[in-house]
Amino acid sequence: MIAQIIFLIILAAAVFLFSKNAGKIRRNILLGKALNRSDHPGERWKIMAKVALGQSKMIKRPLAAVMHIFIYVGFVIINLEVLEIMIDGLFGSHRIFSKPLGSLYGLLIGSFEVLALLVLVSCITFLARRNIAKLKRFSGVEMTTWPKSDANYILFIEILLMTAFLTMNAADYKLQALHFGHYIKAGDFPISSMLAPLLPSSGESLEMIERSCWWFHIVGILAFLNYLPYSKHFHIIMAFPNVYYSKLTPKGKFTNMESVTNEVKAMLDPSFTPPEATEPGRFGAKDVTDLTWKNLMDAYTCTECGRCTSVCPANITGKLLSPRKIMMDTRDRITEVGNNIDKHGKDYNDNKTLLDNYISREELWACTTCNACAEACPVNIDPVNIIMEMRRYIVMEESQAPASLNNMFGNVENNGAPWKYSSADRFNWVDQQ
Amino acid sequence: MEELNQDIPRNSTANSEIENPKSEVLVVPTMAQMMAEGKTPEILFWVGCAGSFDERAQKITRSICKILHHVGMSYAVLGTEESCTGDPAKRAGNEFLFQMQAMANIEVLNAYDVKKIVTGCPHCFNTIKNEYPQLGGSYEVIHHTQLIQQLIDEGKLKTQDDESFKGKRITYHDACYLGRGNNVYEAPRSALEVLDAELIEMKRCKSNGLCCGAGGAQMFKEPEKGKREVSDERIDDVIETKANIVASACPFCMTMLRDGVKHHEKEQEIQVLDIAEITAKANGL
Repeated sequence: MIAQIIFLIILAAAVFLFSKNAGKIRRNILLGKALNRSDHPGERWKIMAKVALGQSKMIKRPLAAVMHIFIYVGFVIINLEVLEIMIDGLFGSHRIFSKPLGSLYGLLIGSFEVLALLVLVSCITFLARRNIAKLKRFSGVEMTTWPKSDANYILFIEILLMTAFLTMNAADYKLQALHFGHYIKAGDFPISSMLAPLLPSSGESLEMIERSCWWFHIVGILAFLNYLPYSKHFHIIMAFPNVYYSKLTPKGKFTNMESVTNEVKAMLDPSFTPPEATEPGRFGAKDVTDLTWKNLMDAYTCTECGRCTSVCPANITGKLLSPRKIMMDTRDRITEVGNNIDKHGKDYNDNKTLLDNYISREELWACTTCNACAEACPVNIDPVNIIMEMRRYIVMEESQAPASLNNMFGNVENNGAPWKYSSADRFNWVDQQ
Repeated sequence: MEELNQDIPRNSTANSEIENPKSEVLVVPTMAQMMAEGKTPEILFWVGCAGSFDERAQKITRSICKILHHVGMSYAVLGTEESCTGDPAKRAGNEFLFQMQAMANIEVLNAYDVKKIVTGCPHCFNTIKNEYPQLGGSYEVIHHTQLIQQLIDEGKLKTQDDESFKGKRITYHDACYLGRGNNVYEAPRSALEVLDAELIEMKRCKSNGLCCGAGGAQMFKEPEKGKREVSDERIDDVIETKANIVASACPFCMTMLRDGVKHHEKEQEIQVLDIAEITAKANGL
């Protein structure tokens, strides 16, 4: 009974804390500007099923894709086991699903074990890729101490959880053979039975091990849940809504700013009366709150895999721009803005902005808008949109475009071409054979 | 981009990359002339700034005209009434200038009651197709490689050519605003498939294609500090295929690829040709 109460307290605290932190992230995302992405729900469900649930964009890197699938399926399936653990924990039962599920139960536990092993192997391989093989994709200016540790912590925790799960089953398997206490015959243990010889043979010691692993496993999962909001691993939740709210139009299509349309129309046609200005706001983005909620959701979804940066022509050729850094900076800044609100109230100004304090102009101007980053992202994050919004701010609010671009603007405005040629000569090509 | 000069396009000097066997005088009708004669062309050919002013790109423009003339399609250009679509201004962050250009162009296009447009440039294609409708300019817009594919499918252009490119190795460089930008991957390739040439893909192709380095208004500015030019990186891919010809479908890619070839000192080994030029040559134009 005491165990049940302790379990209930831990569970309630974990759920409460997680909801609180997840709620903060939701609040932070909604600090972004409005954007309508509720159109075409049918198409959106389809793309979510394909890209998020089906992980269709992962296959561009097959090795990582296969191992990621193991961890992903393992995570999803083992949640069924976690459900049983929750019920057992709350009601003091043991393997409550074994009776109603009958022989299916054995099959389920068996498949959980196989998946747990695959998860273990994948996590160890991933750790090796990061720390021994030192894949280039996992380094870069933005991959400072915390992002690197974060990745290692996640893999390490998953290894611990899976080890606890298998050890628990191994002890249970042995206890069942001994007909010890309440350990009824339940489940098949294709993997953990191989661990059994490593465990002691006395029933009391085995029960100690089984119970410790049970508690470690479930408390570990609840702790991990609460680690998510502080970690890039939050993508396991955000990937789904983020893909649902993907940009559905062609990648080449950039937004037309309505506020500008109204001004241009008024300039061209003096009789035009613009609709009531909804938000005065500024042109483009100087800080995260000038971005849309989708840009901010993108930032919280990014798991720093670096597929974007590894295909970015600017980054490949040694420029400062890294699309992954754009996303990480955006998340760090919106988190900071959120923390400021919590600490100092809504109108606090820390005199910092995404532009310059986080993302430099040199990075922004290096983008070729080729969309390789957006294409590469397995969860449909769009770094180009953030870059474009920040360019718009620099050009339209500050008039601080590089001099050569200002020349180009002048040429387009005066000659209707980006070069210094008279528009009267535009058709000369027809005679120059 | 050592020779970069944003005031004038980088020209080719006495370029003989593409021969012009029938150098008959090109007669290109304008919309104004057509209208004066009470005629409406089937399609408007949107030439674009590079196609109008850049000496190398002008050859692409003329090839497109020859193709249109050859298949007897009724077409016209805007001539001096054409103006920049605003793409480079928009990608550089100047939405005002973009929309000014867009609205002025839409006014001209709507005044001529244009229904269908073929562009010689993926940037113009993308802008008019995707970004003009919301501003009042809705047209059926295709890129010239899509028109070529269609003409081949209809049998109006050769469906097989065994001579002009016999024994050549050709690789195609995807333009970002055709490929990733608008999912046009097959049209340019189908124009190459009619040739008796070996087609070979670069390791980074189609949706994984590497940019030439010109997009996002990079064409009109100095690149940021880095290890090398994007175009040099791209020509590494071309060299790896051992191709004699790298085909492009964008005048800006053309400039960048030629810069890269020059930087690698491969001008003798690798030609850069537009799909339109290749098609024109295959059809003896």
